Amino acid sequence: MSGRLNSAGRGGRWAVIGVPYFWLLLFFMLPFLIVLKISVSEMETVTFKDVLTWKDGVLALSLKLSNYASLVQDDLYFLTYVSSLKYAAVTTVLCLVIGYPFAYFMARARATLQPTLLMLVMLPFWTSFLLRVYAWKGLLSEHGWAADFIAGLGLDRLLLAFGLIPAQGQLMNTPFSLVLGMTYTYLPFMILPLYSNLAKMDLRLLEAASDLGATAWVAFWKITVPLSKAGIIAGSMLVFIPCVGEYVIPELLGGPQTQMIGRTLWDEFFSNNDWPMASTVAVAMVLLIIVPLAIFNKYQAEAVEKRS
Amino acid sequence: MNAAAINKWFGRGWLSLGFVFLYLPIVALVLYSFNDSPVPNVWRGFTLKWYAALGSDAEMLSGLWLSLKIAFFTACSSVVLGTLAAIALVKYRRFGGRTLFSGMVNAPLVMPEVIIGLSLLLMLVSLQRALGFPERGMVTIWMGHLLLGMAYAAVIVQARLQDLNPQLEEAAMDLGAKPWQVFTLVTLPMISQALMSAWLLTFTLSLDDVVLSAFLSGPGATTMPLVIFSRARLGLNPSVNAIATLIVTLVTIGVVAASYVIARRERIRAAEMAAAVRAG
Repeated sequence: MSGRLNSAGRGGRWAVIGVPYFWLLLFFMLPFLIVLKISVSEMETVTFKDVLTWKDGVLALSLKLSNYASLVQDDLYFLTYVSSLKYAAVTTVLCLVIGYPFAYFMARARATLQPTLLMLVMLPFWTSFLLRVYAWKGLLSEHGWAADFIAGLGLDRLLLAFGLIPAQGQLMNTPFSLVLGMTYTYLPFMILPLYSNLAKMDLRLLEAASDLGATAWVAFWKITVPLSKAGIIAGSMLVFIPCVGEYVIPELLGGPQTQMIGRTLWDEFFSNNDWPMASTVAVAMVLLIIVPLAIFNKYQAEAVEKRS
Repeated sequence: MNAAAINKWFGRGWLSLGFVFLYLPIVALVLYSFNDSPVPNVWRGFTLKWYAALGSDAEMLSGLWLSLKIAFFTACSSVVLGTLAAIALVKYRRFGGRTLFSGMVNAPLVMPEVIIGLSLLLMLVSLQRALGFPERGMVTIWMGHLLLGMAYAAVIVQARLQDLNPQLEEAAMDLGAKPWQVFTLVTLPMISQALMSAWLLTFTLSLDDVVLSAFLSGPGATTMPLVIFSRARLGLNPSVNAIATLIVTLVTIGVVAASYVIARRERIRAAEMAAAVRAG
């Protein structure tokens, strides 16, 4: 009996692991290896040349590394990488500054209210991201609600002073509109992991701190913030990594000054039809995000181990 | 005013401002879809003409139909594959290449879509050269969306599986249920809410996707987000506001209804459990 059960279980185990594993190897891992290969291929008139050729009994390997060379030498590419990283970092910091207090007050709200608040954070996340980004175009263009509000408060002078907009009254297609759009889009990705972390915190620790004479402010920095470290890391990675390669937001809200690597890849592929160069840009992008990606994966795995 | 009161009001203010920020664009979209003026940001009275115009907008309508089909297939297949992946990660703590597997499950969540789109496309092109299929179009878009949807579904189902009490499954085993029966009679009913939210989320993700669709679509396969995106690139367009309002309304109704159903089933189950415990 138990032997039969085990063999059925073993077959089940094989299928449960094997099917998604095989699928991911085939459609996630293999395509990336192909990109790696094409990034060192020669471009022919309509398509790329094979790296390995078999001709007259001679196996020829031709690697074209000039794409990588131009990536390093060409200032345009280099500046694009720097600005992608810069805008992603600024967006992450802004999301954290806005999202941390937001998640904190959500987690400390009345217990009956929390499901509703959570639902309200999730709801925009369910409605189309493309349309919400598009809506900012209207809000920030001339006489849009947000544009009038910012001008009314005199904030545009401040933005101008920081060099975030080129001229007073022009908010669209600037570094400001780009960062605003990315912060807006990715804010829920910061709030949700922080909230689930802060909601689980043992509040007795704060009572203990207060009994020992710590002020609320000190207790917040010495207890709440360190304990929410995992949430901060998860949220920051969920914002930073996709922002580095973001395409839609820079295309709709960014301007000529805000070239980002996602747009470069897109243009190399769709406008220049240079597949090897697009692949090179993709490989370089992966190199930029590989460390944050590893941190994110480690955190996800740890979160899993801890829960069970 | 004491510190606690300041803290309370600061908290309320911060949350309110945050929600204004999150909802402002959605409110603006809906409001301006009823604006008579073709010039955005100038209110000239109420109209329904943009909605009427949608009815004869063949490009948008065929895009919508294609998107709905792809979203349906994506949601169904993502839930199946995502659930398998989640079970593999939760139930089997040790197997060869588990780290690689969990990395591949989680990576699409954050991986920039341009990379996924480009790499999948280049593979499909190589495949097409070798085998003559698949033709770029609906099927290839579905494959891309499935990769993304599977990751999201796996995360949702995984979270639910971890909260399950393993004793329930063990009890079923002890009572002689076969693994397949344990899964369909015990595990599946308990994770059904998670499966439902995963289905809804992957459906909306697919309905919304621009980048993967742009890379993987072929001639004649233009999804609705691609139509919206190409119009939005050129500037503000009242027809986009109208379709946006329709989508926002439908999704809101869907999500609110689904969470109502989920909450009700959760209550019924909790009551049944309590009754069972009392009876025992």
